[in-house]
Amino acid sequence: MTLPDNTLLELSGVCKHFGGLTALSGVSLHIRQGEIYGLIGPNGAGKTTLFNVITGLYQLDQGTFKFDGNAYVRCKPHLLAQAGIARTFQNIRLFANMSALENIMVGRHVRTHSGIWGALSRNASARAEERAIAERARELLHYVGIQRPVNTLAKNLSYGEQRRLEIARALATEPKLLALDEPVAGMNATETESLKILLQSIRSDGITVLLIEHDVKLIMGLCDRVAVLDYGKKIAEGIPEEVRRDPLVIAAYLGGDSDSPLPQAGEGLGVREAP
Amino acid sequence: MKFNPKSKPLIAALAIVLLVFPFVTDALLGHGWVRIADFALLYIMLALGLNIVVGYAGLLDLGYIAFFAVGAYTYALLGSPQFGLHWPMWAVLPLGALLACFFGVLLGAPTLRLRGDYLAIVTLGFGEIVRIFMNNLNAPVNITNGPQGISLIDPLQIGDFSFAKTHELFGLDFTTVHLHYYLFLGFTLLVIFVSLRLQNSRIGRAWMAIREDEVAASAMGINTRNIKLLAFAMGATFGGLSGCLFAGFQGFVSPESFSLMESIMILCMVVLGGMGNITGVVLGGVLLVVLPEAFRHGAGPLQLAIIGKVLIDPESLRMLMFGLALILVMLWRPAGLWPSSMHRRELEPDEAVAYQEQETVYDASR
Repeated sequence: MTLPDNTLLELSGVCKHFGGLTALSGVSLHIRQGEIYGLIGPNGAGKTTLFNVITGLYQLDQGTFKFDGNAYVRCKPHLLAQAGIARTFQNIRLFANMSALENIMVGRHVRTHSGIWGALSRNASARAEERAIAERARELLHYVGIQRPVNTLAKNLSYGEQRRLEIARALATEPKLLALDEPVAGMNATETESLKILLQSIRSDGITVLLIEHDVKLIMGLCDRVAVLDYGKKIAEGIPEEVRRDPLVIAAYLGGDSDSPLPQAGEGLGVREAP
Repeated sequence: MKFNPKSKPLIAALAIVLLVFPFVTDALLGHGWVRIADFALLYIMLALGLNIVVGYAGLLDLGYIAFFAVGAYTYALLGSPQFGLHWPMWAVLPLGALLACFFGVLLGAPTLRLRGDYLAIVTLGFGEIVRIFMNNLNAPVNITNGPQGISLIDPLQIGDFSFAKTHELFGLDFTTVHLHYYLFLGFTLLVIFVSLRLQNSRIGRAWMAIREDEVAASAMGINTRNIKLLAFAMGATFGGLSGCLFAGFQGFVSPESFSLMESIMILCMVVLGGMGNITGVVLGGVLLVVLPEAFRHGAGPLQLAIIGKVLIDPESLRMLMFGLALILVMLWRPAGLWPSSMHRRELEPDEAVAYQEQETVYDASR
């Protein structure tokens, strides 16, 4: 299969086992530069495992994984972050006892350089860098729409704000690929809508977005292409409309070889309803 | 902790208090208390070093005293009749600190994958290994003189200025404890300065990120291995420095000064004072050195005055009170006596919380 030139992330034949359990078996997909790519599937289908593989938290057992033209085998998470993959977590993992601003400033770590000597001497370049870090962090805080005192502790932010802060922290690493693990889980319709606008604006800044989501309405309205995982296998891929009518996908979500039509956009795929 | 320009008079006042402190103490309480103040400063340096490892990076290290031992033995071996070496202080101090730093990395490296309880157990083991090494390195080649320790260690000396002699200046007698006080105060201020600078830096933030969530930190591009090793190294450096000064001050080192109890004592200073907060750690260090001494000196006479005889041995009463104080602090001030501003902020119902409450009410009414 020849891939288009603008492929950013390419997985082929990726397998991941945990003891006797096969979490991913032979998953291949490619994500193009600048698109919003959705990854859906029932609970336990292996979506988060796939995320952990491409962000280096798990090492893949078989297959290859190429990002931005380079192959990564047994790669540490921080090197992948340096290469340009940033992520958020399904269960929010902020630095709870650090302020909102500091959380984003940590995200700048990978693009800045001052070390012990810079910290101790506070020479001109270290001070300039520190100012730039804080400045950029403020911008990002504003960009994702958190209007709070910058020194508010992350754990005192509201749930929706924590999700946004996690995105801001990921953006601070200047990613080429932003991988979001269920960013709207637990959000109400208004919050979901405003997050959708944020994601579109991130895409228009030239950042490719990979999205795991259960909210079908969001996936249908936002993603350029969608892949469906079930029991660790990719069962469908394509534009959202096609995927939604795929009989395999319907079967995966509703069980058995059901003829019943898939719920319309706006309703959950039988997994979770948007509140 | 940040000093705003307005508190300049405060700093000046603090400086004067610190400068006249040994003379006032000497006049009021006697010579012994100046010596205790010297030890308090050594312990504060240790506690600030451990604060980097435990308070900033969140790595529970129960073997920290090992680095103190490395520093102390470095000074002792290079400045005593043991090997007949008498290296000058300005050469041994950096070397001791550097060697401790090296040991920090050496002992840190195998523990990188460990967290929490497991890390604590392994570091505890390392601390004991170092002590037992010092205890047994007298055969087949006598290096450390074993349990007898090394005595007749050279006093701290810069050029011809010896800290072990009384000097007269401005009509005042600066005895050896006074001189050591000023020397240790200088080094303590240096350690505080370094801690402060590191705290508000890119490195300091990386340490705190690891403390908060190691997985998220690595996903944000922090090389957790290097940054953790850096924390071990910096902490150990301070420990080694303090150890060198200890050996020069005491004139004698033996393995029993570096027991597990000492590691725990230093950890208590950090935890009791307020993890991650420099002022808190300094306070913890002062209290945990001064209070037990006060008990040692005060408990006997007090019992005599009240009940006419010494019912409880002051020494055991000291440990009893120490335990009691720890329990009370953990009950009433779990974040430490003087928690970092972060922790304090979350304990007060401040603006942010009020905002959140307001928002919740708003959400509910919709």
